Amino acid sequence: METSPYIADRVAKTTCYMCACRCGIDVHIRDGKVRYINGNKDHPVNRGVLCGKGSAGIMQHYSPARLRKPLLRSGPRGSGEFREIEWEEALGIATERLARIRHTDPKKLAFFTGRDQSQSLTGWWATKFGTPNFAAHGGFCSVNMAAAGLYTVGGAFWEFGEPDWDRTKYFLLFGVAEDHDSNPIKIGLGKLKARGAKIVSVNPCRTGYNAIADEWIGIRPGTDGLFVLALIHELLRAGRVDIEYLVRYTNAHLLVIQNPGAADDGLFVRDAEGHPLCWDKSANAPARGDASTETPALSGEFEIGGRRCVPAFQLLAQRYLDESYSPDAVAEKCGVPAETIRRTAAELAHVAFEQAIELPVAWTDTAGRRHATMKGRPIAMHAMRGISAHSNGFHTCRAIHLLQVLLGTVDVPGGWRYKPPFPKPVPPGAKPAGKDGGKPDTPLSGSPLGFVTAPEDLLIGDDGKPVRIDKAYSWDAPLAAHGMMHTVIRNATRGDPYHIDTLFMYMANMAWNSSMNTAETMSMLTEKDNDGNYKIPFIIYSDAYYSETVPFADLVLPDTTYLERHDCISLLDRPISHADGPGDAIRHPVVQPDRDVRPFQSVLIDLGARLKLPGFVNEDGTAKYKDYADYIVNHERSPGIGPLAGWRGVFGEKHGRGERNPSQLQRYIENGGFWHHEFDVDQRYYKMANKSYLEAAVGMGFIAKAEPIRFELYSETLQRFRLAGQGHGAVVPPPSQRKRIEAHFDPLPIWYPPFEEAAIVERDYPLHALTQRPMHMYHSWGSQNAWLRQITSQNRLFVHHRLAAKLGFADDDWVWVESVNGRVKGQIRLVDGVEENTVWTWNAIGKRNGSWALKENAAEHTRGFLLNHAIGDLLPPDETGRRYSNSDPVTGQAAWFDLRVRIRKCMPEEAGFTSPQFKKLPLPPGISPSPSKLSFGAQFKQKVLAR
Amino acid sequence: MTCVPATTEKSLGLVIDLDSCVGCQACVTSCKEWNTGGHMAPLTDLKPYDGGVDGVWFNRVHTYEQTTDAGSRTVHFPRSCLHCAEPACVTVCPTGASYKRESDGIVLVNEDKCIGCKLCSWACPYGAREFDTDVGVMKKCTLCVDRIYNENLPEADRVPACVAACPTSARHFGDLADPLSPVSQLVEARGGVPLMPELGYRPTNRYLPPRAKKSNAVTSGAPPLSDASPAGGFLGWVDRLLSA
Repeated sequence: METSPYIADRVAKTTCYMCACRCGIDVHIRDGKVRYINGNKDHPVNRGVLCGKGSAGIMQHYSPARLRKPLLRSGPRGSGEFREIEWEEALGIATERLARIRHTDPKKLAFFTGRDQSQSLTGWWATKFGTPNFAAHGGFCSVNMAAAGLYTVGGAFWEFGEPDWDRTKYFLLFGVAEDHDSNPIKIGLGKLKARGAKIVSVNPCRTGYNAIADEWIGIRPGTDGLFVLALIHELLRAGRVDIEYLVRYTNAHLLVIQNPGAADDGLFVRDAEGHPLCWDKSANAPARGDASTETPALSGEFEIGGRRCVPAFQLLAQRYLDESYSPDAVAEKCGVPAETIRRTAAELAHVAFEQAIELPVAWTDTAGRRHATMKGRPIAMHAMRGISAHSNGFHTCRAIHLLQVLLGTVDVPGGWRYKPPFPKPVPPGAKPAGKDGGKPDTPLSGSPLGFVTAPEDLLIGDDGKPVRIDKAYSWDAPLAAHGMMHTVIRNATRGDPYHIDTLFMYMANMAWNSSMNTAETMSMLTEKDNDGNYKIPFIIYSDAYYSETVPFADLVLPDTTYLERHDCISLLDRPISHADGPGDAIRHPVVQPDRDVRPFQSVLIDLGARLKLPGFVNEDGTAKYKDYADYIVNHERSPGIGPLAGWRGVFGEKHGRGERNPSQLQRYIENGGFWHHEFDVDQRYYKMANKSYLEAAVGMGFIAKAEPIRFELYSETLQRFRLAGQGHGAVVPPPSQRKRIEAHFDPLPIWYPPFEEAAIVERDYPLHALTQRPMHMYHSWGSQNAWLRQITSQNRLFVHHRLAAKLGFADDDWVWVESVNGRVKGQIRLVDGVEENTVWTWNAIGKRNGSWALKENAAEHTRGFLLNHAIGDLLPPDETGRRYSNSDPVTGQAAWFDLRVRIRKCMPEEAGFTSPQFKKLPLPPGISPSPSKLSFGAQFKQKVLAR
Repeated sequence: MTCVPATTEKSLGLVIDLDSCVGCQACVTSCKEWNTGGHMAPLTDLKPYDGGVDGVWFNRVHTYEQTTDAGSRTVHFPRSCLHCAEPACVTVCPTGASYKRESDGIVLVNEDKCIGCKLCSWACPYGAREFDTDVGVMKKCTLCVDRIYNENLPEADRVPACVAACPTSARHFGDLADPLSPVSQLVEARGGVPLMPELGYRPTNRYLPPRAKKSNAVTSGAPPLSDASPAGGFLGWVDRLLSA
């Protein structure tokens, strides 16, 4: 037999897009077809491995649901009736419409993108167009994690930081089912297992990573914050916190004004130049708190300038030492025995302080102190959507960061490490632009997304009303750093705060799994006013596939697959760096489209030029960039800083900052599609105060100044909003919103019950309901994949054996899942590995009949179900009758996991099929019915024989 | 009836670590992807976009919950051909289509000789055989025989696709007949076991059982936390620490 068969004509190295992890892949191509995809061994993200999704990339690339040509709606919106049009007509329609909007009232364009990786381009486009109504999907994904991290430690879990997998001895994992990120966590867990480190998972569901943990803490959903604060209570009670670390790297020593009821209460005491003060015990006098004082007081009461003040640490300790945070007090709410909490705290203290490690690497801190070694406390943590997707997620995530910092584990050997370009100042500097709502034919003064630090920064009018259609950066969600895409359709339909003209979306399945309250969202998209006009007058949508959202578009711009396009995974955007050094990557077309489709980013650049947006055209009005690839190489955001950091300079000799290099993309391709720079060993830890690192970071353009980055355990930003909630200051919330602001803008982490739980009658809806993402599926994309859908095409509702016994349910029963918002029908599977008051299912397996080119009897729409039908996009009315978005009150993060339900057995005649059902979608013109058989690969075997 | 070699020069096989398998399906789809264009191509999928989808797969991962005195645990269990030393699937084959290689012990099917009688799939207690109804022949894991010796691949890549893909390093490949090979030593160190040895087919592959959950905890000796008992009142310990 032939053991050395011919494999491929060439191997093209590019970047995966089967999820958000962005691993390097080797695409083996033969006769113009993809033969095989494997992980790129040299790539810093995945080091040669590839997950279940990435290894099924062929079927995504050849999906029968791929759109083939621009489409213009020909029937009623939502019917799925379209006619094919040429690109010139499609772009003409879009340009005419958008030009009119820009010339009259640019905010009437709402431009929202989904899971794309080009937000640095799309945000810049929105800026130049002049609409403040721009965001990506972060508001309904993980803004709680990003915001809590950036407002506390100047980094965040996942993209801005990672566990020190090679050195940690104790790993605490909160609320992670699968990706964010996929292969790095899996590789890391493999390393921990090989070294015998302890893995503790805190998660209501015992699947995947949680299944291999040494200890599974099956916590009640939404109570992680309370659990973490009880750990903090224990550590404080025992005096087991890293005082030296707190003094050097945090604001624990800063003096906080104690002046209840006054406008300065809770703010830091500052000197005449505005520097915050501490109390220097050696001098027994106030001192600058942002300088390196070795002996600041962390407790005590002082008087400065007639004002009483105490160190922030004292407020912190007083709060969490309170008995209400003791393990005994929280155990029942968390569903975790007090003894487990006490033991976990003891283990954390033991590893942090008795098993500390030290690297023989000398380094110098920003105060000029030379350290002979790098000391490490080998405890690492990671947290993601189980924390994020609750209405208390911002504070819970801040509590986790507080725990990390008290133990002295942030960016130390064995701890949790920053990934460059992070850390950044707390919070990063840019404020959101667009306060004036945008002016005709005028760009915004900056990016529509940024970080507010005071009520004055909010995007609200003089009347206090939101400027943005999604109400981000309003009193509804002041720190909405990623926008609130999940509120756009309802707000635009209601005309609250105003009506828009055009909704332009990319790669977000908002008519299905990316929206809460899916059925009503679909009806809002087709709602008409009294004159018979759609309330959202025009919808432009770009997607590569026939998703459930396509039929709701008036104009469809078909995108390419990930193997047919240029992309840049940019440090200006969502980086893929390693803690040891920065990195970025590209995609490039490794095969050519066989359809009349165009990469969305090139289309956006084309539209920018047609609209003559500044930056997109030359002085003579001609297009500045031919396409996205041209933009990637030639665009500069600031002098010497462009989308890609590698091989800059005329000869490709510079990294980070440097002139444009016309051969840059070629250099990336030659290097395997990515660039990675390793920092010197003395730059790899303590980045928040490491002189050598910070100077290098300035050189690379990551930060403006080589100044230490101080962790804000006590958040003066939050206190400023709280004071506004108490009526202080020039910009205050309307009276009806003050209580909510005052309650949730606590300068120290707090815990409160998730909003839906607090609003319902518990005995009516006694259960928590969650979704998890399966390791082999990424949102809705997986079901069009002939291989991945064979692994899961029907999701079950997982129910604990004991709960089922109590309710009289048997395995395989069909049940109604009912909430205050709606109900959905599915089939149960009994398990042990779930918290007993929680039911859960796999996310986004349920599909709408006819979408994704699935056929008549596909289990995805006959038996699979979408839990979103039971999740409300609005909270129940408050005492003023107002219905807020179902979101975190600080960041606007969609609170998917707050859902409370009851389950009820179906009538016998109701079993066997899911509900609700929707009208079957027709296939758009040009898309052929899916094949009834796949023999993919047969062609390669025949070739073996032929050769 | 087909004969099997009394001994083989090597016993190539897989060692699968159930302690670190997270059930991500990387081995499943990477296997499918390689092999659908490989030695036994294609791995046909029937009704790929409809209800009742049914495809040929050489490797599948099952998830079980196991309840013992020590409590309940979730186990992810990858299942593929074990390349037995005494493979019943080979001995029952009436045409000689199924065979075990003398050089390395890999059990293969010669499609030209396979008449699709399915006796082998009845004989295999591990459910490792996959009948391709479209082609009418039996297919199975080849241990990526078209990768592990393939001179068109860099040497480091000459491992089965499932091993190359596995993100948690739960899959290992090597010669289990050589007691000094890394895989044999891993089996020795971790108490690796064959699957259902009592059936007598002498599987080559080994599974490493999940480690005891608490025994490897670095912190098993962590003493309980005691009160800092601040003399002089609240937070006294903080000041003591700082002035120390």
